[in-house]
Amino acid sequence: MKLTLQVWRQERADAPGSLQTYVVDDISPDESFLEMLDVLNERLEEKGERPIAFDHDCREGICGACSMMVNGQAHGPRTRTTTCQLHMREFDDGDVILIEPWRATAFPVIQDLMVDRFAFDRIIQAGGYISVNTGSAPEANLMMVPKDDADLAFDGATCIGCGACVAQCPNTAAQLYTAAKIGHLNLYPQGQPERDERTVGMVEQMESELFGSCSNFRECEAVCPKGISIDWIARMNRDYLKAKLKGVNRR
Amino acid sequence: MTQSLNSQVPSGPLETKWLNYRDHLKLVAPNNRRKFEILVVGSGLAGASAAATLGEAGYNVKCFCFQDSPRRAHSISAQGGINAAKNYRNDGDSTFRLFYDTIKGGDFRSREANVYRLAEVSNEIIDQAVAQGVPFAREYGGLLDNRSFGGAQVARTFYARGQTGQQLLLGAYQALSRQIAAGTVKMFPRTEMLDVVVDEGRARGIVTRDLVTGAVESHAGHAVVLATGGYSNVYYLSTNAMACNATAIWRAHRRGAMLANPCFTQIHPTCIPQSGENQSKLTLMSESLRNDGRIWVPTSADDTRAARDIPESDRDYYLERRYPSFGNLVPRDVASRNAKSVVDEGRGVGALKNGVYLDFADAIGRLGRDAIEEKYGNLFEMYERITGENPYGVPMRIYPAPHYTMGGLWVDYNMMSNVDGLFVIGEANFSDHGANRLGASALMQGLADGYFVLPYTLASYLAPHLGERVATDTEPFRKTEAEVSGLIRGFLDSKGKRTVDSFHRELGHIVRDECGMSRSEPGLKKALEKIPALREEFHENLNLSGGDGLNLSLERAGRVADFFELAELMCIDALDRRESCGGHFREESQTQEGEAKRDDENFTHVSAWEYTGNLSEPKLHKEALDFEAVQLTQRSYK
Amino acid sequence: MTWFSNLYQHAIVKKAIMAVSGLFFFGWLAGHLLGNLKVFQGADKFNAYAEFLRTMGTPLLPESGVLWLVRGLLTAAIILHIWSATSLTLLNRRARTSDYEKRQGLQLDYAARTMRWSGYLVAFYIVYHLMHLTWGNVHHDFIPGDPYANLVSGFQVVPIALVYIGANILLGFHLYHGLWSLFQSLGLAHPAYNPWRRHFAITFSIVMSLGFISIPVAVLTGVIS
Repeated sequence: MKLTLQVWRQERADAPGSLQTYVVDDISPDESFLEMLDVLNERLEEKGERPIAFDHDCREGICGACSMMVNGQAHGPRTRTTTCQLHMREFDDGDVILIEPWRATAFPVIQDLMVDRFAFDRIIQAGGYISVNTGSAPEANLMMVPKDDADLAFDGATCIGCGACVAQCPNTAAQLYTAAKIGHLNLYPQGQPERDERTVGMVEQMESELFGSCSNFRECEAVCPKGISIDWIARMNRDYLKAKLKGVNRR
Repeated sequence: MTQSLNSQVPSGPLETKWLNYRDHLKLVAPNNRRKFEILVVGSGLAGASAAATLGEAGYNVKCFCFQDSPRRAHSISAQGGINAAKNYRNDGDSTFRLFYDTIKGGDFRSREANVYRLAEVSNEIIDQAVAQGVPFAREYGGLLDNRSFGGAQVARTFYARGQTGQQLLLGAYQALSRQIAAGTVKMFPRTEMLDVVVDEGRARGIVTRDLVTGAVESHAGHAVVLATGGYSNVYYLSTNAMACNATAIWRAHRRGAMLANPCFTQIHPTCIPQSGENQSKLTLMSESLRNDGRIWVPTSADDTRAARDIPESDRDYYLERRYPSFGNLVPRDVASRNAKSVVDEGRGVGALKNGVYLDFADAIGRLGRDAIEEKYGNLFEMYERITGENPYGVPMRIYPAPHYTMGGLWVDYNMMSNVDGLFVIGEANFSDHGANRLGASALMQGLADGYFVLPYTLASYLAPHLGERVATDTEPFRKTEAEVSGLIRGFLDSKGKRTVDSFHRELGHIVRDECGMSRSEPGLKKALEKIPALREEFHENLNLSGGDGLNLSLERAGRVADFFELAELMCIDALDRRESCGGHFREESQTQEGEAKRDDENFTHVSAWEYTGNLSEPKLHKEALDFEAVQLTQRSYK
Repeated sequence: MTWFSNLYQHAIVKKAIMAVSGLFFFGWLAGHLLGNLKVFQGADKFNAYAEFLRTMGTPLLPESGVLWLVRGLLTAAIILHIWSATSLTLLNRRARTSDYEKRQGLQLDYAARTMRWSGYLVAFYIVYHLMHLTWGNVHHDFIPGDPYANLVSGFQVVPIALVYIGANILLGFHLYHGLWSLFQSLGLAHPAYNPWRRHFAITFSIVMSLGFISIPVAVLTGVIS
């Protein structure tokens, strides 16, 4: 396959960036999208040019590192698929492919397609845990969790923290990420003592990271590689409003 | 410097060793803990659990990871599950049984006391994870579900769909995040450790590089904990994440820490075969597929027909034929080795003839498509996404891939290496899996080390050092920092022709061919000639562009340089170990039927290698393995 | 008071305020449509209904008391609705300062995408509607006290009738996304009734839109004269 790539190149966070055009040929349809970029990068290196920077690691769709807009869609055209699991057979010979980084004030570009997503970690630090010191846990089967709750909680817990929801959202909102994380812990009996503080802490941290607000566009759900539903957002709104009406503020 | 290998295993009966030992370890009082600085390198299951636990206790912890977030450490990719001796199924499981299965699975090449302790704390791990909200699978009664995994005769594996690793890691990551918020742990993401600072035989700190700015910095601590994972990427193609590397342990090795059993690597049987030269990594498919899939290749090497057109009479179900009682469910090492031998005979399948069929046609015929879809639907979907082939219609193609490394830095019973103050936990150490790791025990070991072992032994190490000043303004720090900067400068100045990846690919080929599933003296000797030569070319003919800021090629160059050195030691170790054991088939050591033959008389020991300054002449130290509680037996799956 | 000031500054609360004020409009619109449909019963019934709105609540309340109360609440609701929308829009602008070359819409429907513009246009339309049929400032032949005559003569001007029809189509879209969306914003979601949220929003917005449109159409076609 021969492809024309238009790739966002940006030297540093504070440098201006622009789209650059590259032609790559001899690409097999069995290669993954990132392997296609590897090939391009190796050729750039051979020519003494700086390779394109992008985040990636496990290449199995679970670590959540890979992050790029492919033809205007976070992670590219295949649903429920991270960029690393996208294969070139999804494209046609001669295609022009536009590749951009996640764009969000909260995710500043580091270089090219690589962005800083530490805002997500700070949201977890604001309450995305159950406070249990090592050694103080009771016997595991003392806490019974209805299977339906456990299964539902799991759906939220599958989030890989890639940020596609933020990237695709017209409002640049991080509601799906935050809601999935809150929802998982708030469904568990272990999560109840800190439920209100957790919800308020994480939501308000999310706001202070300069993410946008939710207009119920549902773009996040459509692009989430784990298929996480916007029902989680409703659940978070409910938990948050309840906590606020009780007068719970951030610690 | 002469090194003695004292495993520090306490005396007394196996069952009470750890408890008694714990009772007599030294303690650090809560008000004194904040006076200690601990450096934890790595944020996977072992690193995150250790950093969080030490933070909760009140120590000052700095935690480093090269990923953009601690949540992305490669532990996240583990699929299957985690073992514990809870005996919730009332099927006769016990601490002893879990211990015995693990030590037998490791082909009697691990330290008895360590393995027993691992089994002992396994239950606490489950308690801890559940309390953290880890969403393990449950039954309708609301209690935890278990399954049998990897051929175990009891159902002791706790699991969370196909992503137990991610869920356990998120539990540890959340605990770590809580400590970051509390200020006890300071996190350094996108920061790679490039050296250990050792002064007068004691680890004083580390030198790191900020992967965004390129700044080289020193960090001093009362103790250094390496939790940096395994080195499967020495093979270039493995199931490890792209950036998994051996740099931390290799740098520690060069500073005096011994590397134990480096040739013990695990090759997982059910991975998707390579599809082309540009392939960057291999993907593992859960081993559970072997429960229903039948493995076969064509009888004839010249068969070019499509799988469905090959009649039963022209198919060789080689595992069922050779191992009638275990069939397709033989252990990982046996399945892997047999796949390699049929592919080497030229009977491989697929365009590159580099796989074997894993066929579900019989199972679909017997149980129906729906039943198969319910069991393996997500795996089939993953396979289809990667290969473009529909496994409901055509058989899957699988081939073994490097997956886990049992070898690692040598540690004593306290998880401390032979360098004072340098602790090593998780996959980075060698301690618990011997020559072969059982399914669902990697997660168990990482968390056992981080949550329940290190916090005790580290405190005991620290106690006498109360009040000692740690600082980076000393000569050893300046010297190490200058060496690291010099190394980086050297890479940046290289003006050769070949890219880092082309060297890594070639190195991977050599190690895979000669130090993979099957090894022989001539092959290893050949590798020992090729590797140093290629390494020399690497240092002379490397093409590296970019500057000293964010530079992904530079990062890879440093890692590949260390893989080159490690690869040679792996081959030296493999050459020295003239026995077949675990996943390692030594061609000179086989039974008449061509099965692996262990040599207990000469090799019931740990091979710990000391760096001598000459990569080709490391010094071997042996730690004899004494077995008090178990009888050494030969495994048989006929 | 700190409880309140802490409350209103948060995005999810603003969104809830938007939802609750929107909900108030839905209720009011339903009543407004029911009343307006009396126009099909003739001038007397319609004018009597208008009179009833003024005298409702008397003698307990002064004349037009209820009417002004409702008007007051509506004004407050509209201010809150627009304030929260504007404030959230500003927040969203700040959240992405450099935009994509291209961003594909996936599940984003027309109504959702045009919420902001349909909102502004409907606001303009409301002002126009009040000036036209309540206060008469822009009506060519306004007769105080005879709403029926004002309505008929107003809609007999074809461009004005078309403005009303167009505005109510827009209103329909705005109602549709708003109504569905308010369930989400107030946290009302459950697999058992989730599909019904969508059905309800579609039905309600179509009924409202067609109901209001039927009046100018009836005048134009001579059904009402």
